Amino acid sequence: MTDAVKTEIRSFIVENFLFGDTDRPLDDDMSLIENDVVDSTGILELVSFLEERYGIAVADADIVPANLDSIARIAAYVAHKAPGEQRLAG
Amino acid sequence: MCGIVGYAGTSVRSEEAGDLLRRMCGAVAHRGPDGEGIHVGTGFGLGHRRLAVVDLSRNGAQPMASSDGTAWISYNGEIFNHLELRALLEERGCRFRSTSDTEVVLQLYLEFGLDFVSHLNGDFALAIWDERQRRLVLARDRMGVRPLFHAMRGGTFFFASEVKALLEVPGIDPEIDPVALDQIFTLWAPIAPRTAFRNVSELPPGHLMVVENGAARSWPYWSLEFPEESANAETRSEARIAAELRHLLEDATRIRLRADVEVGSFLSGGLDSSVASALAARLAPAGLRTFGVGFDDPAFDESAFQERMAAALGTRHHSIRCGAGNIASVFPEVVRHAEQPILRTAPAPLYLLSGLVRSTGLKVVLTGEGADEIFAGYDLFKEAKVRRFCARQPNSAIRPLLFRRLYPYLGSLQQQTPQYLATFFGTDTDALDDPLYPLRPRVRATAGAKMFFSGDLKAALGGYDAAEDLAASLPAAFGRWHPQHQAQYIETRLLLPGYLLSAQGDRMAMAHGVETRFPFLDHRLVEFAARIPPRLKLRGLREKHILRTATADLLPAEIAERPKQPYRAPESASFRVETPGAVAEAISPHAVEDAGLFDPEATRRLLEKQRRTPLASFRDNAAFIGILSTQLWTREFSARRIRDAVQPAA
Repeated sequence: MTDAVKTEIRSFIVENFLFGDTDRPLDDDMSLIENDVVDSTGILELVSFLEERYGIAVADADIVPANLDSIARIAAYVAHKAPGEQRLAG
Repeated sequence: MCGIVGYAGTSVRSEEAGDLLRRMCGAVAHRGPDGEGIHVGTGFGLGHRRLAVVDLSRNGAQPMASSDGTAWISYNGEIFNHLELRALLEERGCRFRSTSDTEVVLQLYLEFGLDFVSHLNGDFALAIWDERQRRLVLARDRMGVRPLFHAMRGGTFFFASEVKALLEVPGIDPEIDPVALDQIFTLWAPIAPRTAFRNVSELPPGHLMVVENGAARSWPYWSLEFPEESANAETRSEARIAAELRHLLEDATRIRLRADVEVGSFLSGGLDSSVASALAARLAPAGLRTFGVGFDDPAFDESAFQERMAAALGTRHHSIRCGAGNIASVFPEVVRHAEQPILRTAPAPLYLLSGLVRSTGLKVVLTGEGADEIFAGYDLFKEAKVRRFCARQPNSAIRPLLFRRLYPYLGSLQQQTPQYLATFFGTDTDALDDPLYPLRPRVRATAGAKMFFSGDLKAALGGYDAAEDLAASLPAAFGRWHPQHQAQYIETRLLLPGYLLSAQGDRMAMAHGVETRFPFLDHRLVEFAARIPPRLKLRGLREKHILRTATADLLPAEIAERPKQPYRAPESASFRVETPGAVAEAISPHAVEDAGLFDPEATRRLLEKQRRTPLASFRDNAAFIGILSTQLWTREFSARRIRDAVQPAA
């Protein structure tokens, strides 16, 4: 369920923003911005990934750190927006 | 403008000295295509490559001796007040053999000793051998326009305008300095006196150095200072300040047109070069030639403004167009001349532009560089102001929207919510009393690129923090200056000499034997601007307010009131076309692995991403250009692996 989503999101972040560096600490609750993992263009790449992978529509007003600034927050946001996907993943 | 080389010490055997000096001169021949001279004395040697600009006769040749033979000079640069200094010296009884400014500098030294340098208004890097005191004196201009590097080898002190000349000295081997690399990947420039080359230092701007008895000591003869924030001493009206500014700027331009060859002007289409060109056009009765670069990509192109301005001034305008392929094709040469890794491609179009200047027969141009530092033109100054404004009301959803207004040319910011804008710019996390507060967003965005450093490089750096190092180098009075002045100080003392005037300035122009002159960097104007209250430089979010006021009559309104468009060039997108073999080889997996500076797997993935899709992120672009330029640097200068280079010095 949510763990599977977290794993997918983690893979996306490691592949796209950390260029495969799995040694770098990336806790579920770590701020992606304060730890220089994503920048302003990275957020837009992330949103694009979420929309394509989970079939959700991310409203402009939803693009806020409270929803997207850690793996745990992103997973919770996806769970909120796409309960069907969770069932699928689970 | 020229190239200088030389040494002081006894380890160079006299029968080898001439050959060594000629080889050193040969390495900087591009700086002075008009002639070469060397002089070998007892315990010292001087060499000179000449770009003849003032007194084109043999009388201006260097190295030059004083009439009594007790002093020798090798000098790179221009002293713009040499006529006034000549008159001063003649009043004191000095007699001259030539009309050259070089002789003026030498006589000035003989007359005033080390204090000679405080009389000079100009851009210079010079060496004087004083036979009476058996010492070598080096001096560099206040702002760091002209370069001067040095290294010690076998007890002998060597110096040169460019590092490549020092590398001709047996035993001075090119090795990357890991700390300098970290500084560049954090701050865009090494912190002087450090250079990209381990064991090679630069004489910092505004410094004197004396080498005697095998030991070198240096100290600043000038420093940039601002009034204390608590002192509200400004009583002059804005109109009065603007009038004084105008007078100084006109004089700074007037004396920078002194030359025995034609002087042209760069014209970017922005405010600063337009002002410099407008003032020069008024003072050039035979007409002024201007030079500008345009880009195929409209996001970067300012040619319409250049043409508008050239038409308004009646200049003969020459322009060159720059497409992605052009940047890629010259990039290896750009790095060879810059002599340091760079994180932007912006020097490349200026390299091409300087080539255009030279091809038209000119070898001297004015530029508008420096106005953004002294009159607070950069976005960074506005950004810091907005960040402080947001920090006062952290819950405001309106204030962070100002960041969108600051960066209309950055598409990714236009699409962000206020919450994210506030987070990106650290409005609720960055400490307001941090001396580097204005730099933090840029440092964060840049330093992210260090994730590509190899394990060996990271281990060599340990816990080194370039930003902390910079903060520690700030003067004691810094904390008492207005925050805007603090930001201006850092930009003027770090980025201006360490990147803009060097990698992007002197080195690109001198690659083609072109001398650049900077009216805005006349030290009288720099000192005057430092005393202008911050609110008159940055009024609200209107940058360079007082400069606009002082020069409003010179320019068409559309130029005078034009918001600043930062000079930028296409970054990694420039390398998505067919690239020269040197570029492909430099970033091949084998070359990356061999240099040992970057993680091969992460680098491979970055290059793959760049080939797949244009890189949009600042960090990814900085990383791409930084890795490429470092690899090219390594290929050009150093074949040694990082783990060899980081061994403790013997």
